[in-house]
Amino acid sequence: MTNWIDACAKDDVTEEDVIRFDHAGRTFAIYRSPDDKFYATDGLCTHEKIHLADGLVMDNIIECPKHNGRFDYTTGAAKGAPVCVNLKTYPVKVEGARVFINIA
Amino acid sequence: MSEITYPRDYSLLGRDAKRAAEIGLSNAQWYAAPIPRVRLKELMKRADGPAIRDTLIWFASFAITSGFAIYFYPSWWSIPFFLAYGVLYGSSTDSRWHECGHGTAFKTSWMNDAVYQIACFMIMRPPTIWRWSHTRHHTDTIIVGRDPEIAIMRPTVILRTIALFFAIPQTIGALKNLVIHVSGRLTDEELTYVPEMERHRVFFVARVWMVIHLASIALALYLHSWLPVLLIGPLPTMYGAWVHIITGLTQHGGLAEDVLDHRLNSRTVMMNPVLRFIYWNMNYHVEHHMFPMVPYHQLPKLYEDMKPYTPPANTSVINAYREIIPALLRQAKDPSYAIERHLPKGVTPMTEAIAAQ
Repeated sequence: MTNWIDACAKDDVTEEDVIRFDHAGRTFAIYRSPDDKFYATDGLCTHEKIHLADGLVMDNIIECPKHNGRFDYTTGAAKGAPVCVNLKTYPVKVEGARVFINIA
Repeated sequence: MSEITYPRDYSLLGRDAKRAAEIGLSNAQWYAAPIPRVRLKELMKRADGPAIRDTLIWFASFAITSGFAIYFYPSWWSIPFFLAYGVLYGSSTDSRWHECGHGTAFKTSWMNDAVYQIACFMIMRPPTIWRWSHTRHHTDTIIVGRDPEIAIMRPTVILRTIALFFAIPQTIGALKNLVIHVSGRLTDEELTYVPEMERHRVFFVARVWMVIHLASIALALYLHSWLPVLLIGPLPTMYGAWVHIITGLTQHGGLAEDVLDHRLNSRTVMMNPVLRFIYWNMNYHVEHHMFPMVPYHQLPKLYEDMKPYTPPANTSVINAYREIIPALLRQAKDPSYAIERHLPKGVTPMTEAIAAQ
């Protein structure tokens, strides 16, 4: 089952950065990697529910702004304390100038 | 239950821990200065260069001070070198533990981890336990019953505060906990913030540390010399602790408890370059707490950016202690007293009410 949602324009996210996207009571994080690919994960850190969109993107890593917990945003993998639970990731596609995520 | 009862209960399992949870002081929303995202990204950017430079100087300082201490031992001439070595061992490790624990000192993860482990051993802070306790300290900074890193509890116990400068209570606690961890257990408080999947690391490191401490004692006995235990283990942690207590007590000493605004419970103090090297810029403490992702070498810039939103910094360590010492003495008799910080005109403090919304 697919449920593609128009999340943002490509230009809304600068290279090696992240933005917050809220939809239907849920919050997501949309990333643009240094090699210009887009990714999406749940928007809140699995440790203490902090918005990851306020964090720092370094290569394929997103660092939580509160406790510096790190995830690989391309896979959702938690990279060590204080984050121990992986982040849920979502498929992303780019059509024209828009970025869509599949939240099914 | 929202009434404050004195003396406060600082344990993580007690009355004030329940109170903090009930009135929304734990895991709350905190004030953040409106620094533009683009600027923050610039400041948060990681680099290996500054920390590699500082760490090479740090290692060289260890080699020089310990080399001269050994060379002159047992003459009196060795004492200044032991004192300098002690400050590196028992004080500069506080900031290395801190910065590398946040993972911000170096860009490269293994470098953060390596310096973190070395610093933890020297300052006798179990790396896993302290990583998690510091996480809690950032979530619930100086919230009574939640923050495990409140250095001076109220009412102030003057003798205990003086003993901190020689790391007496810290070392006694660390040795007790080392024995508990070696046996494969955690204290009840540690159980509240160290997740189960992390606990095996605590036990492993404790056993390695115990072997190193016993080896140092065995070597001292074998050589009939105090040198090994003066250079490795609890003794240098204790005789070198005083500088990190002088700097560390400025962080929150005498300021408010149970507020959701780092400008009211933390203190930024101007320090000279030597102290800033030892302390790795943690004198910019309001800035660090508000934006913990900014590396130590960028904090002076963040301080400039945050000036419009923060109380004026203390101008020196002496200036800071001019308010801290009277406050601690007053808190010995009146635990409800706290130094009031004055925010710049037009800047409102984050209140419990705002956070509750």
